[in-house]
Amino acid sequence: MNPGAYITLSALLFSIGAVGVLVRRNAIVVFMSVELMLNACNLALVTFAKQTGDLSGQVAAFFVMVVAAAEVVVGLAIIMSIFRTRRSASVDDASLLKY
Amino acid sequence: MILFWLLAPLMVLAAIGMVVVRKAVHSALLLAFVMVSLAALYAGLDAPFLFAVQIIVYTGAILMLFLFVLMLVGVDASDSVVETIKGQRLMAVVLGLLFGGLLSIGVAQAVSATVVGLDEANGEGNVPALAQLLFGRYVFAFELTSALLITAALGAMVLAHTERVAPKATQRDLAQARMRDYAEHGAHLGPLPTPGVYARHNAVDTPALLPDGSTAEASVSRSLRARGNVRRAHAGDVDKTAAALDPEAPAADLSERGSGR
Amino acid sequence: MTPLISPWLPAEAGGGVPVLPVEAAGTFWWLWLIIALPALGATLLLLGGRLTNPWGHLLGTAMSAGSFGVALVMFVALLGRSEEERQVRQQLWTWLDVGDYTVDMSLLFDPLSAVFVLLITGVGTLIHIYSIGYMAHDERRGRFFAYLNLFVVAMLVLVLADDYLAVFLGWEGVGLASYLLIGFWAHKQSAAVAAKKAFVVNRVGDVGMSLAVMTMVATFSTSSFVGVSAGMPEASSGTSTALGLLLLLAACGKSAQVPLQSWLLDAMEGPTPVSALIHAATMVTAGVYLIVRSNYVYAETPVAQVAVMAVGLVTLLFGAVIGCAKDDIKKALAGSTMSQIGYMTLAAGIGPAGYAFAIFHLLTHGFFKANMFLGAGSVMHAMDDDVDMRHYGALSRAMPITFLTFAAGYLAIIGFPGFAGFWSKDKIIEAAFAEGWVFGVGALLGAGVTAFYMTRVMLMTFISKKRWRSGVHPHESPSVMTVPLVVLGALSAVGGVLLLGGWITGWLEPVTGPEGEHELFVSPFILTSLVTLVVLAGVVVAWLVFGRGELAGTAPQRVSWVTRAARNDLYGDAFNEAVFMRPGQHLVRGLVYLDDTIIDGVVNGVAALVGGSSGQVRRAQTGFVRSYALTMLGGALVAVLATLAVTLA
Repeated sequence: MNPGAYITLSALLFSIGAVGVLVRRNAIVVFMSVELMLNACNLALVTFAKQTGDLSGQVAAFFVMVVAAAEVVVGLAIIMSIFRTRRSASVDDASLLKY
Repeated sequence: MILFWLLAPLMVLAAIGMVVVRKAVHSALLLAFVMVSLAALYAGLDAPFLFAVQIIVYTGAILMLFLFVLMLVGVDASDSVVETIKGQRLMAVVLGLLFGGLLSIGVAQAVSATVVGLDEANGEGNVPALAQLLFGRYVFAFELTSALLITAALGAMVLAHTERVAPKATQRDLAQARMRDYAEHGAHLGPLPTPGVYARHNAVDTPALLPDGSTAEASVSRSLRARGNVRRAHAGDVDKTAAALDPEAPAADLSERGSGR
Repeated sequence: MTPLISPWLPAEAGGGVPVLPVEAAGTFWWLWLIIALPALGATLLLLGGRLTNPWGHLLGTAMSAGSFGVALVMFVALLGRSEEERQVRQQLWTWLDVGDYTVDMSLLFDPLSAVFVLLITGVGTLIHIYSIGYMAHDERRGRFFAYLNLFVVAMLVLVLADDYLAVFLGWEGVGLASYLLIGFWAHKQSAAVAAKKAFVVNRVGDVGMSLAVMTMVATFSTSSFVGVSAGMPEASSGTSTALGLLLLLAACGKSAQVPLQSWLLDAMEGPTPVSALIHAATMVTAGVYLIVRSNYVYAETPVAQVAVMAVGLVTLLFGAVIGCAKDDIKKALAGSTMSQIGYMTLAAGIGPAGYAFAIFHLLTHGFFKANMFLGAGSVMHAMDDDVDMRHYGALSRAMPITFLTFAAGYLAIIGFPGFAGFWSKDKIIEAAFAEGWVFGVGALLGAGVTAFYMTRVMLMTFISKKRWRSGVHPHESPSVMTVPLVVLGALSAVGGVLLLGGWITGWLEPVTGPEGEHELFVSPFILTSLVTLVVLAGVVVAWLVFGRGELAGTAPQRVSWVTRAARNDLYGDAFNEAVFMRPGQHLVRGLVYLDDTIIDGVVNGVAALVGGSSGQVRRAQTGFVRSYALTMLGGALVAVLATLAVTLA
């Protein structure tokens, strides 16, 4: 077991998720990218748990999943209600708050 | 470790694919692959409980939720991959690469190679050990998550709920509105045309043709139109067919008109 | 032969008389009533507004008269005391108490303030009575009497206070009251301007007064008469000189001495009783009072004494020359006031030898000048408020009482033997000659010029041929106006009795110190004869010029430059305008330009810079969430870089 490899994978997945947030306009895909970033963090946490021999890392990952579930529920509901009023799921369309 | 080296490249590819594919449904499927692979990695990292939770909660529940919302929202122009903000894509990729590279280097520098392992911690089994922590040291955080989940559920309900501001339209109202439309704007009184009439294809993605040979856009489902999956059925094609059936008509004229569209 | 200017040899510096009062008791417990009565009148009349018009004049006069009555009782009580106990102090309350600096609101009733209180309330009451008639038809009569009472109050505070700061209170009160009264007919542009001018010019003097008080506080940690008079002998000569000159500046402002004389002539815009009050009983006498009161300051500083004398000498000639050229009867009298106050200032500058005569002349002047101003008011009343003497003439028949009382004042002011002014002015000229022949000759010359212009006034108004405008029917004024004239006329005639047996000098000795001996190069009798001769010469010249033949109904325009200068107040206003106003205006314009361009430019420039750059920066606020997220990623990248740099370093 090589923790460095796991962590590197985690960093890569996180970066890919970040780029996804930045380049995609469909709010749902943006959300998926956010989930990818969360999962990348979870991988790192679980890896650290194994490396240090402390289960707290796994507990933290568990909490991240719980929070992510709640976040997805609310976030998707927001996307839904925005879509209902604006007929669009593009994050660029909601750009009225500007100069 | 073999599992890791098998899955890791595939996961990275799948993640990249999730970002670049045009259709949201494909993204969701690629994300599902990444998540399931992660679950497998968790199993390899002595985390059987998280392995199960990852599959059940993430892949099972959260991704299904995504797919449901996709179904509800449908598809629209936001699927377009044309970038509208100048320089956004380039900067995002450059910054993302820099960030990932630096993070990898930095973490690789920081992480020591020694691994304690979870054999001791998982002595009584992973799940009881986690339960010990969750209901012991982290019990307050755990209880707080219940409040969070209730709040989230309530929030979703509030957001998804729509107040009816006008009385529900009865069949009578609908009929009257339709008649009014006809009287004022001359809107077509009958039902919408069905797709595929006078067409070579008897299919929902082919618009009906009007008597003058033009297509009736209203005859195709709005979702298909939004996705751009509408087949074209030119009047010329019809004329061509008619000409083929009519031995008296001059063939040259018809071919010109047909290729004119 | 006396030296040219003897005080340049300060051999006899020192010798000021300290103020050592005893506590008020018995009769003197009622001292505060002197101020309280007119203050009550002013308060009631001011609060009452229009409601007081029917009876306000009676209340005001009654309060003033009551104050005079109390003052008379106090005066008699003071007479009954031995010389050592004639400085009575009544502590009312502590006004200011700051650290070790305390100002008591207390009254000092000593021979000097007693004389002043009597003059102010006595002549003031007569002017009140006169005003009942003079202002009978004014719709704001109640207010007028409120202001008159206020004027009296302020002046009484000024002369009764025993602390320079409290004097300053009355000082400013007098300034305020004079402003209100000169501008009483503020609907006239000229009156409003004159009031403002008086106020502003007085402020210049007030700067001197306030600086003097500050110097006292800095030097002696007190500004009370007792403290300052006790501390003066130890003060450095620089401090003494500074104090003396600052007090002189203050006195110049209030007493209209050169160079702050310009407001006095314009102050004639007020109702005539006001002019009488300002010129005879109050206001202009304040400066002389201040100098005499501060005798212990001037005792230490020969330089300031010479300055006082110089100012007095210049002013007495200045005013006399102006008086010669004015056709406006009130302005001619105003010029004479300036001149007479100049005499007083000259006398006050001489020192202990002159203080008593300054006050003596102040008293007699108070009588005859009030008399003449009220007489002039009576004449104006008869001539439909026309003030141009060229429109008068031969009024002696039309208004005999006014003529006779005015004549008494006239004889008094020119120093006709036997009349009040003769005694007082003669003594001043005598003392001036003893001080230095420059001052003596100046004062003598002034006496001659005074005789000339007063005779001119007399001839043009009462004697010469009628030059009345059509529709004017002169008549004698009502008795409410003539009675005060008669009283003042009598006082003008017999005011000299105060000098009988050297009473006035003896009376003032507790305040001003012993008179001291002065040596004259001739005997006093010869000098008196000389003065009388000069005065007679002035009268004769005036008779030759104005008494014979026709007088033009309008002022002749082809006149010598001296006359022209005198008509223009010897270019006092032009001087002020050229030296102070114009450069001030240029300075202000320059500052405004500086403010508009450079300071505002900097401020506006900074604002424009911020505004402009903000306009550019806000373009970053595109509203696109993804742009913001990109910025966040950039920030995270910087954070990672920093962490790495710190970790790897």
